[in-house]
Amino acid sequence: MQQQVLPLAVVPPDTGHYRGDHLLVAEMVERGSKVLDVGCGEGDLLQLLETRGIDGRGIELSREGVNRCVAKGLAVVQGDADTDLVNYPDDAFDYVILSQTLQATRQPKVVLENLLRIGRRAIVSFPNFGFWKMRLQLLVGGHMPRTENLPATWYDTPNIHFCTIKDFVQLCDEINVKMERAVALDMYGRPLRVNLPWWFWNMFGEQGVFLLSRAEKGR
Amino acid sequence: MTKVQSIPSPSVHTEERAHEADHPSSLVAAFGADQPLRLDCGIDLAPFQIAYQTYGKLNAERSNAIMICHALTLDQHVANVHPLTGKPGWWEIMVGPGRPLDTEKYFIICSNVIGGCMGSTGPASTNPATGKVWGLDFPIITIPDMVRAQAMLLDRLGIDTLLCVVGGSMGGMQVLQWTAAYPKRVFSALPTACSTRHSAQNIAFHELGRQAVMADPDWHHGRYVDQGTHPHRGLAVARMAGHITYLSDAALHRKFGRRMQDRDLPTFSFDADFQVESYLRYQGSSFVERFDANSYLYLTRAMDYFDIAADHDGVLAQAFRGIQTRFCVVSFTSDWLFPTAESRALVHALNASSARVSFAEIETDRGHDAFLLDVPEFFDISRAFLESAGKARGLTEAGG
Repeated sequence: MQQQVLPLAVVPPDTGHYRGDHLLVAEMVERGSKVLDVGCGEGDLLQLLETRGIDGRGIELSREGVNRCVAKGLAVVQGDADTDLVNYPDDAFDYVILSQTLQATRQPKVVLENLLRIGRRAIVSFPNFGFWKMRLQLLVGGHMPRTENLPATWYDTPNIHFCTIKDFVQLCDEINVKMERAVALDMYGRPLRVNLPWWFWNMFGEQGVFLLSRAEKGR
Repeated sequence: MTKVQSIPSPSVHTEERAHEADHPSSLVAAFGADQPLRLDCGIDLAPFQIAYQTYGKLNAERSNAIMICHALTLDQHVANVHPLTGKPGWWEIMVGPGRPLDTEKYFIICSNVIGGCMGSTGPASTNPATGKVWGLDFPIITIPDMVRAQAMLLDRLGIDTLLCVVGGSMGGMQVLQWTAAYPKRVFSALPTACSTRHSAQNIAFHELGRQAVMADPDWHHGRYVDQGTHPHRGLAVARMAGHITYLSDAALHRKFGRRMQDRDLPTFSFDADFQVESYLRYQGSSFVERFDANSYLYLTRAMDYFDIAADHDGVLAQAFRGIQTRFCVVSFTSDWLFPTAESRALVHALNASSARVSFAEIETDRGHDAFLLDVPEFFDISRAFLESAGKARGLTEAGG
């Protein structure tokens, strides 16, 4: 009983209402693959993936988010990335996506390791704390940075582990993860030019999007 | 002097109830001696019959059939007037034109479970070998037996695969059994307010109910029909205890608090002074009018025995290995009979089987019975899940 995939002809064309990082993530996923979106929120990315014939599942922490997803017909369960990923078997998915959630996990390193155990590949996007506006707010304003995408104040934010693009690259090296693609998006959600140096990304990327895979064994 | 008041005798429905057990006011599928129902206890039950109701139309592709599995004390009268009580169907809020289980789109089937007393063969039916009511001579049945009988009914109706199997509580157990026993026949499953096994606490409450029935002098070791009695007091107590477990402290408090019934001061008696008391007495006495006491014993036993993992070396995920069925598991925050943690364990097992599963916990103070009540969030989720399953199965709009 193979589940049917919508034929491509009925897929509505991409309209502007999808977030830039979601479009980029969706573009990184091969058609027909099986995807787990960890911290899927209201299911926007899953819906985008569905229009592309991708079999998507989600985990979301908030009950309201889950119920809204399920009411959209999406396959989403309530769960916590920090505690529930251990229950997923190895190689259960082609891709595991962690979109704008890494900074809200208690153990980003463990979560990242789990992502690459459960999925053949992982796609991680996160706000870059090295972004110039963040630096400026701390340097000049002397207060914890707040942006349009990260509006919470320091005392009520769910985000507890901010990192910069540079930090993340270092973590990937440390746990021996292969970086297949790395993209930095600017304030408007547009990718920065590929041939720019890392320090430039780290300064001018508002968020980083990374396609990761397990490094070959024995390296 | 202390007044003593007990449950009044329900003489009105006794004969009607007996008639309904053999000759139900619904559709019946009769299976002859050549088509026995193989029971888990090792007995082949034959002949036997299954009483059922259908709503809506089966489409040409036979792809829009949904099976509703009823809970412990309910029956096949999902969305029509109940023949004994004259009350509306138990899930009319959910089933009908434009409702989440839309009868304009789907073909809905609900059978009275084997062991029941509304027309499916059970302890209240006549044993063809003796010409008398089965009573305790009826073999012990299990949830898998109920589902096996439903599968035979489905064969009879010429339906290979169900678009969805839906049910709450004992119905939810049947849903899970359906997916474990016939994964290929179930395109999607919506188990609600249930668990893959009956907990010790739940078994304890059932034992309380059974002991109440058996302690009633009118029970006569299960042969009360021959004696012209019905253990209505014991059964009413069983129902009262059960009913408390279906609600929550908050729901009872909101509904009744400590308010008095038709009086301002206590009567200093065992009369029903409190509203909650008279409510429970009403629940108990209306229940005995429509339900058979022995059937209550058999069905509670079936729930107690239920443990899907036990049939798979204690590993729940094994029961669902490689399953293609789409699942939507729903629990309610105030359900202490089947708490969310048990649904979560099921979801983990399904995830471990890489099944396509959704899981929603709905916030409500109405307890276990919330799946039978007007909870819009549950309706929205059910509707969307069925629509998404229908789309995945290539179901077209307007009856397909």
